Parts: sequence; C-alpha cells; structure tokens
Amino acid sequence: MPLADGSVAGVMTTQLDAALGWARKYSIFQYPFVTACCGMEYMSTAASHYDMDRFGAGFPRFSPRQADVLMVVGTISHKIAPVLRRIYDQMAEPKWVVAFGVCTCTGGFYNNYSTVQGIDTILPVDLYIPGCPPRPETVIHGLTMLQEKIQKTQGQFR
Amino acid sequence: MTENRLAGERRDIPAASNIESLSDLKGQGYNVLVDMTCVDYLAQGRTPRFDVIYRLMKLDAATGMDSGRIEAHCAVGPEAVLRTAKDLWPAADWLEREVWDMFGVSFVDRPGIKRLLLYEEFEGHPLRKDYPISRRQPLIGPRSGDKADSPSFNLHKPSITGQ
Repeated sequence: MPLADGSVAGVMTTQLDAALGWARKYSIFQYPFVTACCGMEYMSTAASHYDMDRFGAGFPRFSPRQADVLMVVGTISHKIAPVLRRIYDQMAEPKWVVAFGVCTCTGGFYNNYSTVQGIDTILPVDLYIPGCPPRPETVIHGLTMLQEKIQKTQGQFR
Repeated sequence: MTENRLAGERRDIPAASNIESLSDLKGQGYNVLVDMTCVDYLAQGRTPRFDVIYRLMKLDAATGMDSGRIEAHCAVGPEAVLRTAKDLWPAADWLEREVWDMFGVSFVDRPGIKRLLLYEEFEGHPLRKDYPISRRQPLIGPRSGDKADSPSFNLHKPSITGQ
C-alpha cells in the first residue's frame, strides 16, 4: 500500500505488490468444486495434452484452507449452494473464484426449481468461462486472464 | 421398428390392492423392479389424477437374459392409498421416496416418508403440473432465485481490490 503522504516509501511497497502478484499468479493452488459434466473438460485441461501446469496452475488442493482459486465446475443446485458458500468462506484471503461453464455463469439451460441461476447470486465471481462445456483452450485463455487480474491485486492479507 | 420389446405389456392394477397384484406378478417371474415413476394427468382433467407406474422385468439369473417386461399402472390421487413395495423389491424404497418428493403421492404404511432429492425446507412437489414453473425456493441468495443484476458488482469486491 502506498503511504498516505505519497512519500518515496510508497514506491517500495508498490514494487513489493508487483512481486507478490507475480509470485501469486504463477503458483495458483486451485480447489476444483466439480459437480457435473464440465468436470471432464476440467480434467482434460489439467491432463498432459493441454496441461494447465504450464501456466502455473497445476496443483489442485482438496482442502479449501490450502487453496486460493475456487473453480466452480458444473451445475450448482439450491441444495448444494450453502455448501459451496461455506467452502468459499473457509478459504484464506487473497482468494479468487472462477465460474467454469455456462451453468455456473447463469444457470445455463437449467431455468428450473432446482438450479442456482448463476453462482454470482451466492458468492462474488472473478472470472466467467462460458461454454457448454468450455473447450480447454477457452479455459486456458480464462486462466491467463485471471493471472492478469491476480497480478493487479493489491493490499495486505492476514 | 414395429415392436418394442423393452416396452412390454401394459396392465392396470387397482391401487387399493397394489401389493397383492405386484406379488402376483413377482410370482409369475417378474423378479426385477426396473423403475417406478409417476405421471400427473391434471391437464387432462382426470380423476384420480396420478398414475404410479411400476416397470417390471423377468431376469433369468442363469443366463442374464431379459425374457419379458410389464408395466403396471395404478391410478391414485394425492392421498395415501398405495402400500409400499419395498418388502417385495428393496429398490422400491428410494423410488417411492422420489415419487413422494416430486409428485406428493404418499403411501399408507410409510407415514414419515422423507424426500429423496430435494431439501427438507422445500415446499410443494415440483413435478406436479400445478407447481408454478417460475417458483423458486433457494436456501441462500436472492429469495426470488433471480439472476444478479450485473456481474459488474464484482469489480468492487474486497478480495480483488484488497481494501
């Protein structure tokens, strides 16, 4: 954070933020919350042919307390919505949320009694990857966009 | 294709004595309950309005071959008339819970039947034809279940700006 008086010390912390952003964006520990068919495309992106690890996101963690990107992959029903919210609340700051597939973005074609009409109604979303399901190239494009966003993250987190 | 072997013969059985009819069919060799489901004929104005459908199959355990199917229909209203078939086929346990969950058809000897798929807080039975198609009952989030106004509200959230 720059100091309030705009003194030179601010330059140092700005550069520190840039270094932290660089470190964070290439060491993404994602939590895959996989509920539906998009999971196959997520696996395809993570496996060796497309290999998300080339972009610094190769390490899924299955505890939300160790993850910094929550990837919501697949249809979210009203029944599981409180679980997803709790997973999000358990993650440590800084954290980002990716809506993977059109069901998580808007509910997709499930406009019915059981489906959440976009996970942005229950938690804040940083990146929307549309598609039914999205191609691995789309996912990798989204991942690089998320990295740009992570690079710009400022502030102090405890 | 003129004949669908998987469809089988359709037979109407009285709801009040469904267990007798079903155990009779089981005695004839229909040993597998393939599926149990329900149809709401509200739009056709029929009384009683539901058809509870048991789909049965003769499975030869020695060869693993399907040697005949039958579809047993019970016309029932929402009140409890049917008796549970879970003593004939254990698979009927969850299928009856699903029929209760989606259509609200209850069973005489299962007074405390629980929903199978939906949450306990859900009111009504969504596959009934008089369940409003736009009615939403979310547990969290906007009560209407509508979409958020715009994704742009996320631009100002704390985890991005760090403020």
